[in-house]
Amino acid sequence: MNPPTTTTAEPGRSPLAGRMGGHLQGAAAEHLGLVLVLALLVGMFGALSENFLSALTFTTLANQIPALTVVAVGMTLVLVIGGIDLSVGSVLALSGGILGVALTSWGLPLWLGALLALGVGLLAGIVNGWVTVAWAVPSFIVTLGMLEIARGSAYLVTASQSLYVGEPVQPLGAPTALGLSPTWFLAILLVAAGQVTLSRTIFGRYMIAIGTNEQAVRLSGIDPRPVKMIVFALVGVLAGLGGVFSVAYLETADPNAGIGIELAAIAAVVIGGTSLMGGRGSVVNSFLGVLIISVLQVGLAQIGASEPVKRVVTGAVIVLAVILDSYRHRFAPRGEVWRRLRKTPG
Amino acid sequence: MARAGDPAALLRIRGLGKSYAAPVLVDVELDLVGGEVHALVGANGAGKSTLARLICGIDQADTGEMELEGAAYAPRGKREAERLGVHLIPQELNLIATLSVAENLFLPRLPSRFGMLDRPRLEAAARAALATVGLDGLDPWTVVGGLGVGHQQLVEIAKALAHPCRMLILDEPTAALTSPEIETLFGEIDRLRRAGVALVYVSHRMEEIQRIADRTTVLRDGRVVHTGPTAELPTARALQLMVGREVARAMSRERAAPGAVALTVEGLSRGELVDNVSFTVRRGEILGVAGLVGSGRTELLRAVFGADAPDAGRVLVGDPPRRVKIEQPSDAVRAGIGMVPEDRKEQGLLLQEPVRVNATLARLSAMTHRGGWLDLEAERGVAEQSRDAMAVRCSSVEQPVRELSGGNQQKVLIGRWLLRDVDVLLFDEPTRGIDVEAKEMVYRVLGELAAAGKALVVVSSELEELLAICDRIAVMSAGKMAATLERDECTHERIMTAAFSNYLSGPDAVLHGASA
Repeated sequence: MNPPTTTTAEPGRSPLAGRMGGHLQGAAAEHLGLVLVLALLVGMFGALSENFLSALTFTTLANQIPALTVVAVGMTLVLVIGGIDLSVGSVLALSGGILGVALTSWGLPLWLGALLALGVGLLAGIVNGWVTVAWAVPSFIVTLGMLEIARGSAYLVTASQSLYVGEPVQPLGAPTALGLSPTWFLAILLVAAGQVTLSRTIFGRYMIAIGTNEQAVRLSGIDPRPVKMIVFALVGVLAGLGGVFSVAYLETADPNAGIGIELAAIAAVVIGGTSLMGGRGSVVNSFLGVLIISVLQVGLAQIGASEPVKRVVTGAVIVLAVILDSYRHRFAPRGEVWRRLRKTPG
Repeated sequence: MARAGDPAALLRIRGLGKSYAAPVLVDVELDLVGGEVHALVGANGAGKSTLARLICGIDQADTGEMELEGAAYAPRGKREAERLGVHLIPQELNLIATLSVAENLFLPRLPSRFGMLDRPRLEAAARAALATVGLDGLDPWTVVGGLGVGHQQLVEIAKALAHPCRMLILDEPTAALTSPEIETLFGEIDRLRRAGVALVYVSHRMEEIQRIADRTTVLRDGRVVHTGPTAELPTARALQLMVGREVARAMSRERAAPGAVALTVEGLSRGELVDNVSFTVRRGEILGVAGLVGSGRTELLRAVFGADAPDAGRVLVGDPPRRVKIEQPSDAVRAGIGMVPEDRKEQGLLLQEPVRVNATLARLSAMTHRGGWLDLEAERGVAEQSRDAMAVRCSSVEQPVRELSGGNQQKVLIGRWLLRDVDVLLFDEPTRGIDVEAKEMVYRVLGELAAAGKALVVVSSELEELLAICDRIAVMSAGKMAATLERDECTHERIMTAAFSNYLSGPDAVLHGASA
């Protein structure tokens, strides 16, 4: 878990709370457990390290997470429909590479370079979706292939060199208000957009239904194929955006960027309670998962844990989170009914 | 059954009874004798398979007792029955397709040496076992998945024979076999009979039974209604016994004059089980589809609905009939056709989702404001209306649908199509597994739908049900439409005769009961 990642954002604080206000009240309960874990971690690191509870820690953290955040948003969507996309890290590197080349060699403006990068992500996503849907190949295999294809392409595009981009990407990556970069605001916006899509649009309803029982969806007269295609395409675009964010943060296009980010994203999404079997998921919870992982990384670094120790602890936390989640669902039925009932009048 | 009982009986069955939701077997008395083939026949749901399951220990009887060679016999599981020499060859074979024949034959207890598979010993034992069913030439290391169904069945029999075998129950063994394979199987059955094994042959293929069964028992509604030598039981008489009585039940619903043609199906074919089927349904009409299990009724509905794209044939809707191209269920729904599938949980419902989500799934586009945004308030309102219209019993529309009873789940599904306002509705076993009260509710809804001008096609294995609610009944037999009976022609006997027509004799005499 050492991709260009880390976290920020004051855990229990505004961005989430604000957005949750618009959410159905009952849903807050779903987030509560994760917010508590996050608060606990922040409190713990705050007690262990005198430097941890500072504005600097949090702004640093905030500016590190946008790439992982948008990738995790995409991963949530694809897991909800019962698929998976392992190629996001490579697509991120390829898109970043394209952006780097566009800005340095071709002299394109930032907006055009970014558009190209998103286009490349879209293309990879469309290929993933098309092969998965048209040939009914498990997406695990298809995207494993794309993982290699896109990584190889990233090396080709950048001639296996890290390209220093510098100033041209600073409009995206440099801190602005409150020390937060534009990429951070964009990432938060996308978390909100992803959540709204999932819970408030017909498209999102179809996604959840497909992940729950694709056959029933088909026999209800809804063709699941276009929905799945679009989701894979979206995940590709989000991975492309992750590439742009990564370049903006590092001011460098690195063909090795995003190695392992698919696993970090899956970990964050699973910590957030999204089911690997599909049909259940929350983008906001995935974002909380990203925050938990990132706080853990930064906090462990600040109390002087070595890289190997960080990985051991992070791994253990992921497993623990999933065990807790499985308990929550095993014993949920009654509580769930109650919760849904309470939701009704609202 | 006041029979003295056969002193030579291998297995004596006395007063056997079994109930699930309703009684399935009642007071069954039967003597099964070594060296004899005993056929079990009966209509759908007569209790044949349940009886087979009780004998081989898969299920346990509620009442009554069995004796195996004079000793009390009450196997608590398949294993125990097999240890005592009683084996079942199920309709769905239990072989593992990716393993070799040899491994399948001895799977629970493979010969081993120091924890390693003892291949020479396994191969020798497998060859010996295969020889007992005449498969001397078969390489024991052949992977089972590569064998034809007939050979797989023989392997399954060899597996039974590889252990001590005194009784062998075959459940619809020829359903998937070709004629040469059937001949091989019959040769094997004959050999086992001469070796003194008691054979039970469950089938609805009367011709085969006439050929190989020494005695035949007819079951009806879970009771033994006849046991005797097969030679003294002509097929016509057997059918009569299965049906039991001449019932002409009055239609229990209001019937309007049928309206315009709503659905026309012409020459539809799909795979083996839908063979050149044609029919029409009018608005306000309920067309029943009867037939034996496996006769292609479900497959017919799925082909019309596009769940499995048809190989040939045309589907037309409306009047004048307008051809529609149906390759996907979404095409069918666009053309105004809906289907309530046989397996609610697997094919219809989103079990973990609330009633609301399940009810509105086919009609979400009406729940939006401006583009794709869901209006949750409107959706809840619509779902509540649907719940009230269908009298779904749930704590609220937010209750997960998996917590509802089978009948209420079915109502949710029907409600889904009512929201969609389709013209033609296909129902596959709409009352399977739901209680009596819910059944009546479903019947009432079907009647109301017809009265409202919908055209309905209802597949059911319960003849009483079809006779009560349908205007006409089409009968499928071995993939073909064997007859279409007007309401005044519908009797148990005519329907059953048509249902059996294509199973009675070879493929050359298929036209028996066909009505133009």
